[in-house]
Amino acid sequence: MAEAVSQIDIDRSIGDFSYPEQHEFDAGIGLSADTIHYIADVKGEPDWIREFRLKALSTFESKPMPTHWATEDLNAINFDKIRYYLANAQRPTRSWDDVPEDVKKTFERLGIPEQERKFLAGVEAQFDSEAVYSNIKKAVGDQGVIFVGSTEGLIKHPEIFRKWFGKVIPTGDNKFSALNSAVFSGGSFIYVPPGVKVKHPLQAYFRINAENFGQFERTLIIADEGSEVMYMEGCTAPKFETATLHSAVVELVALKGAKIQYVTVQNWSSNVFNLVTKRAIAHEEAEVKWIDCNIGSRLTMKYPGVVLKGRKARGEVISIALASNGQHQDTGAKMIHAADETTSNIVSKSISVGSGRATYRGLVHVPKHLKGCKNNTECDALLINASSRTDTYPAVTVRGTGNTTQHEASVSQVSAEQIFYMQQRGLSEAQAMSLSVNGFVNDLVREFPMEYSVELKRLIDLEMEGSVG
Amino acid sequence: MPSLDRDESLTADLPPWFVALAQEGRQRYDALPLPTRRDEAWRFASLKKIDLTPFGPAAPLDAAAQEALVARSRGLEKVAGRMVFANDRLASREILSETLRQQGVIWKPLEAALVDHPELFRKHFMAHGAELGSQKLAALHQAEVRSGTFLYVPRGVTIDLPIEVFHWLSGENGSTFPHTLLIAEANSKVTLVDYFLATDPQAAGLAIGVNDLYLADGAQLNYVCVQEWSRKALAFQINNTIVAGNATAKSLNLNLGGSYARTESLSKLTGEGARSDMLSVTVADGEQEFDQRTLQDHLAPGAYSDLLYKNALDDRARTIFAGLIKVGPGAHRTDAYQKVRNLMLSDDAEANSAPGLEILADDVRCSHGATAGQIESEELFYLLARGIAKKQAQRLIVNGFLQEAIDRLGEPEIAALLATRVDAKFSEHARAVQG
Repeated sequence: MAEAVSQIDIDRSIGDFSYPEQHEFDAGIGLSADTIHYIADVKGEPDWIREFRLKALSTFESKPMPTHWATEDLNAINFDKIRYYLANAQRPTRSWDDVPEDVKKTFERLGIPEQERKFLAGVEAQFDSEAVYSNIKKAVGDQGVIFVGSTEGLIKHPEIFRKWFGKVIPTGDNKFSALNSAVFSGGSFIYVPPGVKVKHPLQAYFRINAENFGQFERTLIIADEGSEVMYMEGCTAPKFETATLHSAVVELVALKGAKIQYVTVQNWSSNVFNLVTKRAIAHEEAEVKWIDCNIGSRLTMKYPGVVLKGRKARGEVISIALASNGQHQDTGAKMIHAADETTSNIVSKSISVGSGRATYRGLVHVPKHLKGCKNNTECDALLINASSRTDTYPAVTVRGTGNTTQHEASVSQVSAEQIFYMQQRGLSEAQAMSLSVNGFVNDLVREFPMEYSVELKRLIDLEMEGSVG
Repeated sequence: MPSLDRDESLTADLPPWFVALAQEGRQRYDALPLPTRRDEAWRFASLKKIDLTPFGPAAPLDAAAQEALVARSRGLEKVAGRMVFANDRLASREILSETLRQQGVIWKPLEAALVDHPELFRKHFMAHGAELGSQKLAALHQAEVRSGTFLYVPRGVTIDLPIEVFHWLSGENGSTFPHTLLIAEANSKVTLVDYFLATDPQAAGLAIGVNDLYLADGAQLNYVCVQEWSRKALAFQINNTIVAGNATAKSLNLNLGGSYARTESLSKLTGEGARSDMLSVTVADGEQEFDQRTLQDHLAPGAYSDLLYKNALDDRARTIFAGLIKVGPGAHRTDAYQKVRNLMLSDDAEANSAPGLEILADDVRCSHGATAGQIESEELFYLLARGIAKKQAQRLIVNGFLQEAIDRLGEPEIAALLATRVDAKFSEHARAVQG
């Protein structure tokens, strides 16, 4: 253990920064029906949402913690000490100039150059619960694309919103999706009209900035027939003494022939519980691709899924997890084949450093009398130290003939020879380690959009920086 | 299940410590809950099939019936010895090899061994419990076990020929609790084949078996289990194999019988250079469900384990494989592999695979794989083009698929026997389909 600490000592002060808190609306600490009424009142929501939230609250309360399969660490969450809603009355603004300086500083720190920000199609940055900044590139708006916060979406576009909201991930799917359904605020609502191909990625940054404050974003993306869209989310959070809960729900609907790519770079500070439910429905010939990278948080539990509902639908999960000292990255994928000739692909790579633990949990289901379904799953784990841990728990159910599934997993480590070889060529041990780790994930990093793959490599470098010797 | 009170004469001769063990098992059985949907160890299993209420004790057979079963108990051509049990009572013991007598090998029915060698017995009997989910059933076994095999192979002794043990279950709704306690001392070598058989292939029955297999340093064990309980049997088998340094355990389970048959196999690798090969061949048809749970538990550095499970599924059959490779802290330089392959022969068959890894050590080589597929049309075409009838061609392909696991055992005579048993099941299935 001592050896591990000395070898890999991640500087968690990277991303540790915070700004004065100014919350005008505060639902207080703890969760009850009053909290729900408070949130619904402040947000001026219609009654059906209030009912939806109240129902979700009772579902949340009735569901046990899933510790019969998940880590006992979940019991460390004290639901009575969490602030469930908080907003500083900043309504979504449209221009860059209106964005508060603090928030701009966050972007600065994340290293997004001014030019790039302008280049990006739209930025949805969340400061605490409310979307503070919402900028849709004019061209995207002209194409009829709706890109707003979830509250604005449900109030202004109920005809589209209501049809899909809570349909991909029902409230009772799990304890945390129920929690999110009860107290959600923030997140994005996106609708892409038929045939529209959104050229630039839509992007959102999230931050937590209050002690004991949980974030419960709710994102719903609907890509209508033949449309294409890429959505990117990334997050950093300041570090606090007590645990913070983040529990988002993301629902994607890809209608016939549509393509959705959802990219996440998760870098919460190491006291955050990040318990996220993400699922997509892919209709006929639609394609959904989750590209997911988890670097931060104390515990992340996230298994992006695709329900392959239409013939020839395709689902993919590309996942990178880096578990450092004290972290548990419990990630994976779910592929539910529900139509003929559907295909799915899961590629997961994890790195465990120091006392870090990376877990892959997967579910592949080919039920009923389907034909021509294919699944390919590959999981590779890299162990850096003797105290590192990795687990793989896939579950595959196949019924009938005419389908093919294959699952493969391997565990390896950076070999001493490799490091020695590079050191002979003048690299420091840390540089050699960083190079090895980047090499291990390189083929997946390339799957990320350019801006992210650059940022990702930098994040891995930062994490591995000073990790050896 | 209703109380299994047996006739007093059976328990009358047992030492008090064993009676106490049985009572403790019964209490634990009563106290423990039945598995539920929330138990990860029972994930995928059709719990509704697990109903113990119809079963009671199996009635002793008369001498003539026992004789008939002994006559039917024929496995391999050449063996060192053969024991036959009918409804948990010893029907016959034949010692055919001089080695067994001369070199201090102890090979007795359980009820004799626990009287003659209480120290050895108490040290190893059910010392490892059931780690893979069947605690309640193991407790029932402990309460009800009355017979089985005790085999002690002294240091350095090699028993060249296999030893065979037959367990027969006879009668409707009877139950049996076969037990094998095997201690292979340092550098000894032995092969044991268990046969689980039913007199009536359609009679309902309950079988809960436990194996305690201990390998001291450098010992070598080949263990084979031919499971042919009736098609209506509810069967549980709990295998604990403890492998010390440089010892080699090779096991193969051939799963053919049962309505719901669950096998839990644990291999504990406790010393450097230990090796465990875990093999399984399952032929599932009709409404059969085979539920196999495994754990390759690496507790020492530099050990090796390799698992290969092959399932052929027809009709509405289901298979479950849930396996785990666990590499404990400090078990560096571990090599561990795990592979399950499902061959789907019907549109109604269902294969569930959950191969798992838990790695808490460094410098390990681990991999696992799970596949599900069907007979490739190219393969079939190749055989058809050579004038082989379709049914015959399919059977050849399935046999070839299963053969890989059988051959890994490296025992040609046993492999031939297993192939015959597999083929017999295919023939029976073909007749059933035609008839």
